[in-house]
Amino acid sequence: METKVFLELLSNGKGISGYEYPLQSTIISAFEEHLDDVSVDKLGNVIGVKKGTYKDKENNIKIMLAAHMDEIGLMVKDIEENGFIRFTNIGGIDPRTILGQEVIVHGVEDLFGVIGSKPPHLQDASEQNKAIKMEDMTIDIGYPKEKVEELVSIGDPITIRRNVKDLLGKRIAGKALDDRAGVAALYECMKELEKIHHEADIYFVTTVQEEVSMAGALVSSYSINPDIGIAIDVGFGATPELPKSSTIELGKGPGITLGGNIHPNLRKKLVSIAKEYNIPNQVEISPGPTGTDARAMQITRDGIPSLLLSIPLRYMHTSVELLDMDDICNTGKLLAFFIASISNENLEGLLCY
Amino acid sequence: MLLKELTEASGVSGNEKNVRDLIISEIKDFVDSYKIDRIGNIIAYKKGKDTGKKLMVTAHMDEVGLMIKDIDNEGFIKFMPVGGIDKRILVSKPVLVGKDKLPGVIGAKPIHLQKPDERTKALNINDLYIDIGAKSKEEAEKYVSIGDYAIFDSEYIEFGEGLIKAKALDNRVGCSLLIKLIKEVTDISFYAVFTVMEEVGLVGAGPAAYEVDPDYAIILEGTLCYDMAKLDTHLIPTYINKGPALSLIDRTTVYNKNFRKRIVEIAEKNNIPYQFRKTSMGGNDSGKIHTTREGSITATISVPCRYIHSPASVMSINDYNNTFALLKEVLSQFEKEEI
Repeated sequence: METKVFLELLSNGKGISGYEYPLQSTIISAFEEHLDDVSVDKLGNVIGVKKGTYKDKENNIKIMLAAHMDEIGLMVKDIEENGFIRFTNIGGIDPRTILGQEVIVHGVEDLFGVIGSKPPHLQDASEQNKAIKMEDMTIDIGYPKEKVEELVSIGDPITIRRNVKDLLGKRIAGKALDDRAGVAALYECMKELEKIHHEADIYFVTTVQEEVSMAGALVSSYSINPDIGIAIDVGFGATPELPKSSTIELGKGPGITLGGNIHPNLRKKLVSIAKEYNIPNQVEISPGPTGTDARAMQITRDGIPSLLLSIPLRYMHTSVELLDMDDICNTGKLLAFFIASISNENLEGLLCY
Repeated sequence: MLLKELTEASGVSGNEKNVRDLIISEIKDFVDSYKIDRIGNIIAYKKGKDTGKKLMVTAHMDEVGLMIKDIDNEGFIKFMPVGGIDKRILVSKPVLVGKDKLPGVIGAKPIHLQKPDERTKALNINDLYIDIGAKSKEEAEKYVSIGDYAIFDSEYIEFGEGLIKAKALDNRVGCSLLIKLIKEVTDISFYAVFTVMEEVGLVGAGPAAYEVDPDYAIILEGTLCYDMAKLDTHLIPTYINKGPALSLIDRTTVYNKNFRKRIVEIAEKNNIPYQFRKTSMGGNDSGKIHTTREGSITATISVPCRYIHSPASVMSINDYNNTFALLKEVLSQFEKEEI
């Protein structure tokens, strides 16, 4: 499958934090074509393995790549007298981005709905400069209360409905590119690895619940216990309203994160590989814990040397997250060449401080 | 379905051509004459029994939308609203720009980089822009020009218990009703007028009414609906599924009481549900029509639409059918000279 087709399936799909299972079959079948083994753990992480060429199969080094499969979303909180649904958020949602949005309520069946609020015609002028609060919004699924109660329960997850839009060049916009873009980069990487020799065993993990707790990365990195952990997530893409210093630019390759969450020597190696293979990349600075799976990996067990690659993404946590496919392609390539450069022999030296 | 084609067509005020062409192709074989006047209204005439009273039925073709006003150095596109758009509805939405419907999105600052109090303020139109994925101003300029129109990217969907979601239900629902009326009513003379630029100040209706000079006019609309359970009933402008809404008063017209009374009688006699539009907010082409030349008697009959002027407006098929049934009966009373 083409990586873009895979990403489109994923972004259009449904997988709010804690409710990622609808994505499993798409990921498993795509991964199975390129990996030696694919399994699902207790929390729902999909873990694929590509064995390396090292002779001592039992004592080979392990590199874990993690991209989270979950997306932010909403959850049913109450059903009103007229059948309208009140809701809350799962993950960080700016209420300003959901007004007038179409949604899918995952009740007994998937139900189309629209998020509405008091129309501006009926608001005082003073109200119109204020953002509408999430608690003042309702979801309309078009049924009377009795029917809604048959179909929907408190606690049902709700996904924003938005199919990927093809923009100019290789740019696309979609609702869950954070972090299905990372999953697509894993896919790109495993395809690259079929062409090159690598000694290490590679674990491709699509993690659950990054947006709420990083639970998926915590438990999967515990069970895999890798020698190196690399998270592939999205980074703030440059737009006019954001300071240049807190962003990375679209089309200029992955951001290679620098900061306390990142192993400094491994990072140096990663940058040198990018230079060697002419893969565009950028510096992303994050002094403290990154708020990504790289953080969870870093502090698992007795500590895992971690790296973070960030795919530039504009309008993060809106339903029109926007990226350039070239950046995903370059992320996959860089990962593959980096992986190929790690051996049982050179690893210990790389991990020295 | 015609309403799908109508709502998915592009017709921001001043740029109604797509909608106009679609309407003409639908009605041309069912009217005795039609013309496009000098500002773009369609004025069609259907000849039947002459009642001695000139009746005009109207619906506006235009929808609210955006107009491109600038392309910045990095290829981001700035815009102005055309018609009454709540700026808050624009955030995180896809749009289609220009004649070729080029996809773009209106994004917003990531929540991670906002200060907590930012989330409580509405973003201003000037803070927003359309991203078409261009890498530079030059690339954007190949596809987009200043003055181009943009519409919401929103498909027609049927959902729930007989509901429809689409953009531009205000007022393609009126256009759809009027087209159906042209096709199905054969026994009475009437003018069917599809107006331009209602959303930017009732621009088309005045010249059209001047040309037709009606005695009676019926304005078809999609109107404000906010039927929350916990509101006092007097605060609810209209309800979904309670039938066509008859206007009492709005910002542009105090409606003729006798005409309305007659319409109510017709609805009751025929067991067609109806409701009154209980707000004075908003206005429509009636404002110009009832004051053109020597004036005319007007009534506005509307299909209630939730989330009006947004990419996802919602109406009920029942309301649509009941509105049509009522209209047809009203016209048949005209034929009997009983209005």
